[in-house]
Amino acid sequence: MIQVRELRKTFSVRVKAGRFRREKRVVTAVDGVSLSIERGEMVGYIGPNGAGKSTTLKMLTGVLTPSSGFIEVCGFTPVPQRTRLALRIGVVFGQRSQLWWDLPLRESFGLLRHVYRVPAADHEARLRRCRALLDLDSFMDTPVRQLSLGQRMRGELTAALLHGPEVLFLDEPTIGLDVVSKQAVRAFLGELGATGDVTLVLTTHDLADIERLCERLVVIDHGRVVHDGTIEALHSRYGSRRSLVADLERPLPADFSLPGAVVTSVEAGGHRVTFALESVAAGAAVAGLVAAVGVRDLSVLEPDIEDVVARLYTDS
Amino acid sequence: MGELRAYAALFGAQTRSVLSYRTSFVVELVGNMGATVFDVITVIVLFRATPQVGGFTLAQAVLMVGLSSAGFALADMLVGNVDRLKTYVRTGALDAVLVRPLPALPQLLLMDLPLRKALRVVFGFTVLGGAVVMNHIDWTPARVVLIVVTPLAAAAFFGSIFVISATLAFWWVDSGEIGSAFTYGGRDFTSYPITVYGAGFRSLFAYAMGFGFVAYQPALALLGRADPLGLPAVAGYLSPLVALAAAAVAAVVWRIGIRHYRSTGS
Repeated sequence: MIQVRELRKTFSVRVKAGRFRREKRVVTAVDGVSLSIERGEMVGYIGPNGAGKSTTLKMLTGVLTPSSGFIEVCGFTPVPQRTRLALRIGVVFGQRSQLWWDLPLRESFGLLRHVYRVPAADHEARLRRCRALLDLDSFMDTPVRQLSLGQRMRGELTAALLHGPEVLFLDEPTIGLDVVSKQAVRAFLGELGATGDVTLVLTTHDLADIERLCERLVVIDHGRVVHDGTIEALHSRYGSRRSLVADLERPLPADFSLPGAVVTSVEAGGHRVTFALESVAAGAAVAGLVAAVGVRDLSVLEPDIEDVVARLYTDS
Repeated sequence: MGELRAYAALFGAQTRSVLSYRTSFVVELVGNMGATVFDVITVIVLFRATPQVGGFTLAQAVLMVGLSSAGFALADMLVGNVDRLKTYVRTGALDAVLVRPLPALPQLLLMDLPLRKALRVVFGFTVLGGAVVMNHIDWTPARVVLIVVTPLAAAAFFGSIFVISATLAFWWVDSGEIGSAFTYGGRDFTSYPITVYGAGFRSLFAYAMGFGFVAYQPALALLGRADPLGLPAVAGYLSPLVALAAAAVAAVVWRIGIRHYRSTGS
């Protein structure tokens, strides 16, 4: 569905060098990205600010012209075949609106039907589904400028889907939303992805979006792909470990050791201990601990993707 | 066909958006006409000081103003808002336009078609009508065609100039009002007989850039006067060709420009 090889985008920027002089400097925003995305995949595209996420997305949608490299989306080359590609993809830029500021949502949707030349019956069916799933009915007749951000984003999602796109590009779809709206958006995207008809590529800074939605994670930094695979693969590659937090009957003896685990913190006067499980199963670790000191309460924590990604950003 | 309906829908949306602020629309509609009225008054005031300017009478000069204003007002209403491109480029709002399945330029023009400029067009054509009456033109079939085609060619020419100068924004984000030197400056240039300008300035604007063929030369042909600057009579009929050339340049510059679009971060 999406093929990208050795994609590169450079910008020349003028930098102040002294009071009147300006120097021209070339900035590489995307530096040799290669990707292959199949139909129905849900891919999270993440990276720190300025890593080149949005630039890549804009090249995939035909907004920006690549400096070099090969792109094919739905069988089209984005920039030369931009208008034909546009009929096959849906785009939601979290910080830009596709809707008409002064018109009610209902009219914006009607306009998009003409812009995308969608048969009335298809339009009706898709709109009905979005209205139900995204709960649009209460603000269909409100001008877009009066909608809350959460309402507007639900409108944007609908707007991007009314022409039945094969690929949906989402650039930070949950940015600035409150918890409830975020969940509504995620649940909706999850349901959309589950049908398998739509390929989904989303950029985000909220890793919960990725954990909820995407099996595949592409991490980009300084314009290069630094990870492409499942979240589990990312964990094992960066040695993220599960941890065991135990509230003990009595303080942990100073000479205590648990084979295959490392103590990472001791709190409450030795009564609460956290182990990082490196090469031991949680069950065996618990058994060893119970036998040695007695355990009042315990919990096993999954590795935190935020930590892994933070490490990834600072490493590269 | 489908595309035409899409454009019609975009135009309808623009109309409804504008009319959702009804009072301000009426105020702008009337206020906008003021600017064009002043252009004509300037010429009339000039001729109160002297009976002839550059070898032309008031009535003859008004014919040039009329051709120029009618064409310019039409172009300004239909295409003039392309100068908002610099805002779209600076803020990255052009992204939203580029992901829709329609060419970007017609979308931009229809998205904020300034209906408030409608009265200017009416006024421009009224002045032209007045000038035609004042000059007792000796009508031939060729001149009838000319009076119809010239304002349209002028509109196409000015429209192209609008597009070319707006396209500057793709390379130079804060191009400011430099483009106006050629759009509004061009209109002012064509409002007077070009005989009033210095030779160097005239060669550049009138001949190299083509502004001399927009109103001055067609006016000569309508009046049946020989060009004091020596161009043959056929020059009066060249404005459609000049407009076509300008449109071709505009199309090329636009295509190159849009590939230079850099969007904004995020």
